[in-house]
Amino acid sequence: MLASLEDAKVLAGGQSLMPLLNFRLARPAHLVDINRVGGLDRIYERDGGVAVQALARQAAVEDSELVARVCPLVPAAVRLVAHRVIRNRGTLCGSIAHADPASELPAVLLALGGHVIARSKRGERKIHADTLFAGVFETSIAADELLVEAWFPKSPKPFAILEESRRHGDFALAGVVRAGERLALFGVAPTPVLVDPKDPARGLQPSGDLEASPEFRLHLVRVLTDKAFAA
Amino acid sequence: MKVNGVAHPAPSDSRRLLSDHLRHDLGLTGTHVGCEHGVCGCCTVLLDGAPVRSCLMLAVQAEGHEVTTIEGLAPGGAQLHPVQQAFHECHGLQCGFCTPGFVMAVVGLLQQHPHPTEEQIDEGIAGNLCRCTGYASIRRAVKRAAELSK
Repeated sequence: MLASLEDAKVLAGGQSLMPLLNFRLARPAHLVDINRVGGLDRIYERDGGVAVQALARQAAVEDSELVARVCPLVPAAVRLVAHRVIRNRGTLCGSIAHADPASELPAVLLALGGHVIARSKRGERKIHADTLFAGVFETSIAADELLVEAWFPKSPKPFAILEESRRHGDFALAGVVRAGERLALFGVAPTPVLVDPKDPARGLQPSGDLEASPEFRLHLVRVLTDKAFAA
Repeated sequence: MKVNGVAHPAPSDSRRLLSDHLRHDLGLTGTHVGCEHGVCGCCTVLLDGAPVRSCLMLAVQAEGHEVTTIEGLAPGGAQLHPVQQAFHECHGLQCGFCTPGFVMAVVGLLQQHPHPTEEQIDEGIAGNLCRCTGYASIRRAVKRAAELSK
């Protein structure tokens, strides 16, 4: 269906897409609601990690014993996403496909070295996190493809996710994800970025807005990195 | 879709938001609309028992599901729901605009945590904005609602 429509957007949980539609910031010609597609809401163990399918709600991921056991970094990150009422409807895969530069889950996928599975009439392909995020709200998923599953490897220890935001549940001004010795940042570049934990702010040119100047965001990166590696 | 236990036909306009459908098509104006982008929480309803934002769903997406609005908690002016009773006793409202959303969110919170800690209460109501009370009386109301729900 996605292949046959011009300018179509996939609607899953809608917790990011619906506000954009309400404000007419996004005006796609077609919406393809996948909520009635059966058998696409599983959370299961695969290849030593956890796979989360496209319709698994963030609240289900947050409450999953399997995810907590194999990949505790993921529920720690999910709890920072908006509020429980939003997570009752929002999907983990939707957060990744939406690719908001300030959102947590894309950075978690990148820090852990996970991947997503994209499916279309042409077949299925695996897209690794380091080639998935192409820009602000942009991924390398093609217009005729559906992100059907995100896969996270087992969380290495120690791990941490820390962020600073103006209000509880709001988007982060800057955030860091530590997975073992790997460090990913969010909110400071057009996409989540992997950086050197010894010099996390090197080469970064975050944007400034009313809530935080570029300098303040770089300061947050350094402070949050120190905290993440002090544990 | 079923709304407060009553079956209703799907809206003819597929672009209709669930919040607008409830208010304008079904006349259930207890569900309030504040920000229309998921921040204020006024439009919170239960979808198959779990609280969601009705302004972030299309009405057609509720087809085949059960929606509960604030009107469905104490149908026909019967005895107040324990959460409503608690908000009444603890003065958990002033102007009342945010109240339906708070009540529905707290119903969901108490399903998840029947005996919530202070932290769970704060987390549970963090997605709803109240510009009158300063939240202190709402926190008390959540505790009282947990007692009344025993």
